[in-house]
Amino acid sequence: MFGTFTEIERKVLNDERLTREDGIKLFSCNDLSWLGAMADYVRKKKCGDIVYYNVNCHVNLTNICTSLCKFCAFGREESTKGSYAMNVEQVISVVEDAMKDPNMSGLHVVSGLHPQWSFEHYLNFIDILHKKFPSLYIKGFTGVEITHFAKISGKSVKNILIELKNVGLQAIAGGGAEILSDRVRNLLCPKKATADEWLEVARIAHSIGLKTNASMLYGHIETLEERVNHLIKLRDLQDITGGFQTFICFPFLPKNTALEKDIKQTSMWDDLRTIAISRLMLDNFKNIKAYWVMLTVPVAQVALNFGANDIDGTIHKENILHEAGATSPKSLKEDEIIKIIRDIGRIPAACDCNFNILRIIDKV
Amino acid sequence: MNIKNDLNVARNKAYLGERLTLKDALLLYENNDLLFLAECARKQKERKSGNKVFYLINRHINLTNICSSNCPLCAFQCKIGDNQSYTLEFDDINKILSEVKNVKGLSEIHIVSALHPEKNFDYYIDTVKLIKKTLPDIDIRAFTPVEIVNFSIQSSKSIEEVLKILIDAGVNSLLGGGAEIFSERVRKIICPKKATAEEWLNVMKTAHHLGLKTNASVMYGHIETIEERIEHLIKLRDLQDETGGFQAFLMFPFHPDNTELGKKYNLKRVSAWEDLKMIALSRLILDNFDHIKAFWVMLTMPIAQLALAFGVDDLDGTVGEEKIIHAAGSKEFKGITRNILNKIIKESGYIPVECDSFYNQKRENQ
Repeated sequence: MFGTFTEIERKVLNDERLTREDGIKLFSCNDLSWLGAMADYVRKKKCGDIVYYNVNCHVNLTNICTSLCKFCAFGREESTKGSYAMNVEQVISVVEDAMKDPNMSGLHVVSGLHPQWSFEHYLNFIDILHKKFPSLYIKGFTGVEITHFAKISGKSVKNILIELKNVGLQAIAGGGAEILSDRVRNLLCPKKATADEWLEVARIAHSIGLKTNASMLYGHIETLEERVNHLIKLRDLQDITGGFQTFICFPFLPKNTALEKDIKQTSMWDDLRTIAISRLMLDNFKNIKAYWVMLTVPVAQVALNFGANDIDGTIHKENILHEAGATSPKSLKEDEIIKIIRDIGRIPAACDCNFNILRIIDKV
Repeated sequence: MNIKNDLNVARNKAYLGERLTLKDALLLYENNDLLFLAECARKQKERKSGNKVFYLINRHINLTNICSSNCPLCAFQCKIGDNQSYTLEFDDINKILSEVKNVKGLSEIHIVSALHPEKNFDYYIDTVKLIKKTLPDIDIRAFTPVEIVNFSIQSSKSIEEVLKILIDAGVNSLLGGGAEIFSERVRKIICPKKATAEEWLNVMKTAHHLGLKTNASVMYGHIETIEERIEHLIKLRDLQDETGGFQAFLMFPFHPDNTELGKKYNLKRVSAWEDLKMIALSRLILDNFDHIKAFWVMLTMPIAQLALAFGVDDLDGTVGEEKIIHAAGSKEFKGITRNILNKIIKESGYIPVECDSFYNQKRENQ
């Protein structure tokens, strides 16, 4: 019935690896429910019915950024209206506010590349947060920030990562991968880490026992082949290190970005097939995240049947994507997340930034 | 036979497109296998309409929002004298028609309104006549059975007489709304004053016998049980077996904002996941319906597009200016263009077909 899709189906059912050509072929498939069913089959086999979530708080230290990527609505120059840079007291007050939730378990720290801040300045935030809130895990910084820290400090990526780990950083965030194609990066984000530099940070982090996440920003100027190549680059590195924990699909949100006029937001059809294909191609990743902020809550829930087993967290207050017109709420309550997962017959499990289960929410 | 065997039997029937019993459908619902239902529904859709997805260029006209029915489920209704109340008089309608005249490819005028206590049947007849006179080539799809029952009471004419008069005035088909949930238990709470389930079904039966095609619908996601939802679908299927007069089936997820019912029972809009599951299940239960329509105004366009993978073959139309569901908090645009509909359908791999009220093809957009 599906021509070569039959062959792909056979491979999936037999746990065989899909090739780059298979991946490209899958992007030509219009049968969304078949793609979903394949991805759901793999998800169930690999992860069972547990869906991971975090009770977490996002901390964005500054939106002042030297990179000024064309797809970003958050970063800006210091002189631009709305720019901010938090001091230690402000950060502590954000976290203290989040700690009012007795289940608060961790922080996600991602920020702009501030032109005047040194590596030590960023490091100091982590040091202080860890000392002040020892019960919270800290996941922070993307491969782009780590590369930036190495450049401004003259230190090696490895030493940067070791210093961060020593002050309490427990995992690296998955952002900044965008599309791992230099053609695309030169057009959209020429000032920041290249594809190789991003992958190198992940490789070195894994080598010193620091787990990282991975991501893909799609739906802008990349080709479908470039999406598949991106997934294969991640899969190749994962074969060597095994240090990626979860993969996050980021559909590009064009509002308030330099690309707003030329690019329309992806359809949810595209979002769901991209998640499903990611699950099928990334056969060595255990977790696939449906990031509700970008997908919206209803689609993130549907995505849990298209290969995802992770729905991210409560977030406390999302800033970056709401600058780009995200229509989802800025935070979710834990009860809401639990209901989203339970309503489709799955089992919610609160976890830390390394997917250690903190609490399984059993059936009432 | 144990439950697992029963489920396997139900799954097998669903896969082959065979008739499902109430029990089969309940088992499939509880089984929660969303993508299996999607696969079966897609197969069923392709048996019915191949790779075509239909839509039409239409314009909604809501004549008045003043309603004597006061259904707790509704956010549209007003009383005479309320700030937001309105009633279109013939001048207003003429104004709309002069705009609508310029809509390229217009196929249908869609009229649904409230039960205005002071507008008699003649007002509606004259409205239809006016539209027909101004736009003689355009199909008029008008009135739900709830409105028809109201006309019958107001004018002391039988349902059959009312329908005949409307056909003569120019009505080409009836709407599918007002069915809500057929269960009397539920109707007593959500819409106690309006047409009963039996009256609704009787209007449809009479219309079908007069050769007037109609749609059908369900409104779910409020206080009904799953069993009541499925019983509702089976009642529609039974009547369709008898008359064959239903064209399309529409799913209306309940929008609780600004409704008395939503407030009283603290109801939230059901999830998109639930919408997609119900769409697929409806496609499978209603094996004698040719078309399942995703009404994007209620579902939102992204979910309506996803519904194309769950058994839908009809995206309704361009709509123009919809007021009823927007009163209940829908944030969808009030209208959409042919180009957007074509693009949305093409992305699903199906072929967009612009049609008239009766699924006669006007244009195929390859």
